[in-house]
Amino acid sequence: MGRTTAPPKSEHGTRGSGMAWVGRAVRRLEDPALVRGQGHFTANAPAAYWVRFVRSPVAAGQLSKIGAPAGAMVFTADDLKGVKKITPMLHKFSYRPIGQPLLAESVVRFVGEPVAVVVATSAAEAEDLSEQVELSIDETRAISDARMALEASAPSVHVEVPGNVILEGKVKTPGFDETWADADKIIKLEARSRRQNATPMEPRGGHASYEASSGRVTLTCSTQMPHLTRTAICDVLGFPESDLRVIAPDVGGGFGQKMSLAGEYVVLVWLARKLKASVAWTEDRRENLIAAFHSRDQYITLEGAFDRNARLTALKADIIANVGAYSCFPTTCGVEPLMAMAELPGPYDVQQYQCLARGVVTNTCTMAPYRGVSRPVITFTIERLMDKAARAFRIDPIDIRRRNLVDQFPYKSVTGLEYDEATYKEAMEMAVKAIDVPSFRKRQKDARAAGRHLGIGFSTFCERTGYGSPAFAARGMEITPGWETVIVTVDPSGFVEARIGSSPHGQGLRTTLAQIIADELGLAPEMIRVVHGDTDRTPYGWGTFAARSLVISGGATLIAARKVRVTLLKIASHLLEAAPDDILLADGMAKVAGTDRTIPIAMLAREAYMQTHRFKGEIEPGLSETGHYDPPGTFSNACHVAIVEVDVETGHVRVEKFLVAEDAGRIINPMIADGQVHGGIAQGIGNALLEEIIYDDNGSILTASLADYLPPTAHEIPEIELHHIETPSQNSITRAKGLGEGGTIGAPAAVINAINDALSPFGVEIDELPATPQRIRALLRAKEKAV
Amino acid sequence: MNNKTNITLTINGRDHAIAVEPRRTLADAIREDCGQTGTHIGCEHGICGACTVIVDGEPVRSCLMFAVQADRKKIRTVEGLADGEKLHPMQQAFMDHHGLQCGFCTPGFLMLAVGVLEREPDISDGDLLDVLSSNLCRCTGYQNIIKAVRAAAKEMRK
Repeated sequence: MGRTTAPPKSEHGTRGSGMAWVGRAVRRLEDPALVRGQGHFTANAPAAYWVRFVRSPVAAGQLSKIGAPAGAMVFTADDLKGVKKITPMLHKFSYRPIGQPLLAESVVRFVGEPVAVVVATSAAEAEDLSEQVELSIDETRAISDARMALEASAPSVHVEVPGNVILEGKVKTPGFDETWADADKIIKLEARSRRQNATPMEPRGGHASYEASSGRVTLTCSTQMPHLTRTAICDVLGFPESDLRVIAPDVGGGFGQKMSLAGEYVVLVWLARKLKASVAWTEDRRENLIAAFHSRDQYITLEGAFDRNARLTALKADIIANVGAYSCFPTTCGVEPLMAMAELPGPYDVQQYQCLARGVVTNTCTMAPYRGVSRPVITFTIERLMDKAARAFRIDPIDIRRRNLVDQFPYKSVTGLEYDEATYKEAMEMAVKAIDVPSFRKRQKDARAAGRHLGIGFSTFCERTGYGSPAFAARGMEITPGWETVIVTVDPSGFVEARIGSSPHGQGLRTTLAQIIADELGLAPEMIRVVHGDTDRTPYGWGTFAARSLVISGGATLIAARKVRVTLLKIASHLLEAAPDDILLADGMAKVAGTDRTIPIAMLAREAYMQTHRFKGEIEPGLSETGHYDPPGTFSNACHVAIVEVDVETGHVRVEKFLVAEDAGRIINPMIADGQVHGGIAQGIGNALLEEIIYDDNGSILTASLADYLPPTAHEIPEIELHHIETPSQNSITRAKGLGEGGTIGAPAAVINAINDALSPFGVEIDELPATPQRIRALLRAKEKAV
Repeated sequence: MNNKTNITLTINGRDHAIAVEPRRTLADAIREDCGQTGTHIGCEHGICGACTVIVDGEPVRSCLMFAVQADRKKIRTVEGLADGEKLHPMQQAFMDHHGLQCGFCTPGFLMLAVGVLEREPDISDGDLLDVLSSNLCRCTGYQNIIKAVRAAAKEMRK
């Protein structure tokens, strides 16, 4: 593994404050409990009642009657009078607001939509009873495909959305037509990305308990956004937020699926208040696959105008995003099509752009963000375009990227995004060198002679990360996330608690934030406890999603810790009778530089609470500071390389090798950073080859188990070789950029380009995700027939 | 379905006398009747392996076994891996090599790997990969799980 800019390796004194914890592969503070089986996951808690949701077995229809078994406790929409619908709002792009009832009213709109809820004293009994609930539904014509939903004859999924287009974004630069007319070559592709499910290993689940003395409810649920979950539930049910506590305990993976509000959680809170008892629900895998949230179902028609030097001069895109039956809260269903529109040009310098992006409602499970949000699709699309153009110009795929990658920073993109300092070309050259293209080409040639088909594929991309409220506001979101707040407190015992608004679930933030604080305060990370995922204990914040937590929560942590540091230095200055500037904080001690005068930091903390009279009003009592951070956003970048072997007899693809050269700014913990990249790539390989949610023509879902929907296993993921560049970001006060999504964004394009390279002797190309054996064989068969 | 059967599950050396319906899965019995919630349930159809425990020396998906089938059998779960404060080499290796992120699949991987390595300490790298591909992890991309298990295998042979 190469690392061109070494993180601070020195164990001592890089910042004048003792050991530098940032930059080191500190073991995770999260792990001891998790490896002992002591994680607190939602499903662990006992409850007085368990619920089972009765879900629509059909994709579209009029619901006329719900028959409940005698004596069973069953609730339907009729019981929820006065409860609002979940209605996320966007104030731009001709958005048509639609509301989602917690339980279907007179219409069902997708297979898996909750229609009723059965309550019993055990999960098994609730499930038994739910099977006896009879639904009378007059089936109507269902539409599951977005292009079919756009046809004039298609029924409207919502009366409020005639024609099924729920939002429409349009861009056209003033000089587009002239530039287009001047093109030397126009290269076109029809890209198709099939539908995925994020598939966290822990399905969703919730547990709502009722406290009789106060009337308060505590909802423990598997969410990435505890604070907004509270706001949303209180909005929908109409009671004060102070009467609800939301806890995100250990969360077993989210990847975006647990960011959007689950109506089921609202129902649990409603039931706990109604029954004045604890009520729990654990989703089973089938429910997760059919009714949690889906993603990535898009058609993109992309055309690129190139001049005679193979320079991209204009891009024209038509983006059709299938958003499912409802609009997800809080991002709205604009999240996929609008991000695709804004970021499609990617790392390439192009000055003219025309784009039409539409969100289309269908009788399918609602879409929500999933790791990468649209960028796996647009990266795959534009990287296919580059490879096709290279072939048309008879130049190397690397060469066409060299000619088009942005290399002057800051760079203003054609859609108005500012790309901060990065290494688009350097990362690509690093990857090209590391993979040794000439020796691969020789191996490929020899293999072809022996009837084996190897291919190499590249993907270069930039990843917008750590963006604050202005970026979300640009989409016109009524709920505009972005900032984060952190409260750092040193208690009288000298231990530190950092209470954060974001809500990590596997990203290791308890460790990385502790590293940041440790460097500021001269303490070991083990003395720092990061508290998250509890609305009673943490300041309001948005959560963990969009490769933002380390940048934004990390920035807020640094701001708060620096304030605490200033106070510690002031106190030490009083006690040590030295100027604050002459005092170092290191290894748990405050020390006057160049002397042997020291005092334990724990003693400073004690004084801050217990001896305030000594500071003559110059220092406020206590040792607790708040940091807020709302940054403009920064772009990480990477080049991914895949080497694959395609078995042309079976269509099977084996990824032989995967290599990444990436730049995510300053790396706080290289071990955790590498883990994020590994995991993202595995999901990207799944996206490229295996994972597909399939609906039949009636809107029935055919992939409702993990035997049909196929996340990759250890067998499908090759060894991943990582190379790093660290370009400190000026748009992030920790200098770190986000990297949670990059693996997922780049991998599908690299794998598909590699498959196409392998298939090049056969004159077929695949522009579809996933490239399943069936699809590859169908292309080869069609070609064989044609010949 | 209320005809309960009295059974005894011996989990990590401790007997749990419980009454379960015949249809009760071992996974549910371990978690709910015996209160050992370290064993996680990810799919309930035998694919993901999050619920893997060791029954009479064999790694077993506890969602595919009925509790009554495990009556009087010796069951080991993640809670029984450490020896007091001292972690099992497999737990230590998962921490040292960053073999876990969200930690939900981890107990299943730990029990799978321990069960196989106790039976076959000199298992080849290729066979080990075959075994590890029977469980799903969504966070790590498996790189560090494989590294951790190989490191622990070395440690366990000592």
